[in-house]
Amino acid sequence: MEWPAQVEEAILEDIIGYISVLNTKIDLSHWELVPAYNSLTLINHKTAVDFDRFRSDLLAWYAQGYSVAKTKRYLWRLPVCYDLDFGIDMEEVSQNLGLEAKDIIDLHTSQKYTVYGIGFLPGFMYLGGLPKKLEIKRRESPRLKVAKGSVGLAALQTGIYPQESPGGWNIIGNCPVPMFNPNWDTPCFVSVGDQVQFYAIERAAYELYRIEGEVGIYKLKKTPIHA
Amino acid sequence: MLKVLKSGFFSTIQDTGRYGLLNKGVPVSGQMDAYSASKVNQLLENQEDAALMEITMTGPTLAFDEPTFICFGGADMSVTLNNEPIEAFKIHAIQKGDILSYGRLQKGFRSYLGVKDGFRTKRVLGSRSFYFPLTEKSHITDGMEIEYETISDFTPKLTALKVGALADETLLTVSHGPEFEILTHEQLDVLFDKEYSIAKEYNRMAYQLQENLSPHQSSILTSATMPGTVQLTPSGKIIILMRDGQTTGGYPRILQLTKDAINILAQKKYGDKIIFKNS
Repeated sequence: MEWPAQVEEAILEDIIGYISVLNTKIDLSHWELVPAYNSLTLINHKTAVDFDRFRSDLLAWYAQGYSVAKTKRYLWRLPVCYDLDFGIDMEEVSQNLGLEAKDIIDLHTSQKYTVYGIGFLPGFMYLGGLPKKLEIKRRESPRLKVAKGSVGLAALQTGIYPQESPGGWNIIGNCPVPMFNPNWDTPCFVSVGDQVQFYAIERAAYELYRIEGEVGIYKLKKTPIHA
Repeated sequence: MLKVLKSGFFSTIQDTGRYGLLNKGVPVSGQMDAYSASKVNQLLENQEDAALMEITMTGPTLAFDEPTFICFGGADMSVTLNNEPIEAFKIHAIQKGDILSYGRLQKGFRSYLGVKDGFRTKRVLGSRSFYFPLTEKSHITDGMEIEYETISDFTPKLTALKVGALADETLLTVSHGPEFEILTHEQLDVLFDKEYSIAKEYNRMAYQLQENLSPHQSSILTSATMPGTVQLTPSGKIIILMRDGQTTGGYPRILQLTKDAINILAQKKYGDKIIFKNS
């Protein structure tokens, strides 16, 4: 299902509200719901679907509307170490944008970013709301290996590489908190519609949080968002 | 325990896949050619989700240290049990100390080895399918040991099945993807009922094709993708996502393969031909 092709909080709100309706209408053991930006994809792996009938049901449920979304949503505060050891593209970004590293860090940590989608890799968040001043093109040639936890910039997006992978974003820091762990009760704590705000940490705190994250005692900083 | 004496090119453990976490970016994974895999499990009278070994191109050499029953099928590889050739889609009894060896690939690309009651690698998020780093391993390696049940007593209802070779099929039945309408007449004229060749870039994540369509400028906001989604890059390259493919993507999704078409494509390798056919 598609909404107008715009990156807008109001559209995401509508999709999340609609998902709360669908949760009461369809058998979630058969369906997976994948929201992203302006779309909601319903995927059924198990049973055959009468497409035309299901389509008209979906539209009818949408038309019924929903009371304020009951889904709990959170603002997650995530630490980032902007040391040049991690922020391997910081100097280049600084030159290209004509900003001091300190200004880049201030701008990057000033915003609450909205999670418009999760995909590409387990736990990879598409974060919207980057300040215009930090808009920068992807690197000309992608790297074959970007370290786990790398925090990058590309166009008007920022995000964290949840695992080592190839990638073309400009890396300005590293987040020591694992974004996905198959052994947790909730393998990925963030959901589409949540918000993320970064805060800068020193190397020593980074090392501590990384170890806490690995052994599973890192305490996540979250606050409920009231719509 | 099954011991991997030689790992060969690329083998993994796969079941029917990992479901329920698409909205967290976790691909479905699972057997690339689910048809051949299901026939192997059927003959062994296994549960549908029993885990098999998916063997790609050059197979391993494996030693069994407990009795069981095995069956294999899919790509045509010369398989020997203690140096004697054995047949696909047939039940073979295994004794302690038996050595199973895979020889030259004759046809197709992926073969499935099943044991009675399936391989017992660790289940991660509901599935034994290898997908690194969710699972500890991305593929089997020399010296690795894989658990299975010891079974010396099994009278199969069927001892052999005649299974058609998917490697001979080239027609991929497709339906229209969400961005099908971006295709121009010029692109549509060459998309269907014409041969395309598999490019060098092909694996469990995606298959690329050698022939391009004309370039385009349409872009979409990142949206969901799934196994069998056919993407068209701005330069006109055609990418078909497979079982380990990413769960979201920003390229227009022009077509969607049927499940059968995914199974057929799973048996293709570099240079093989396929034809898209409208459903």
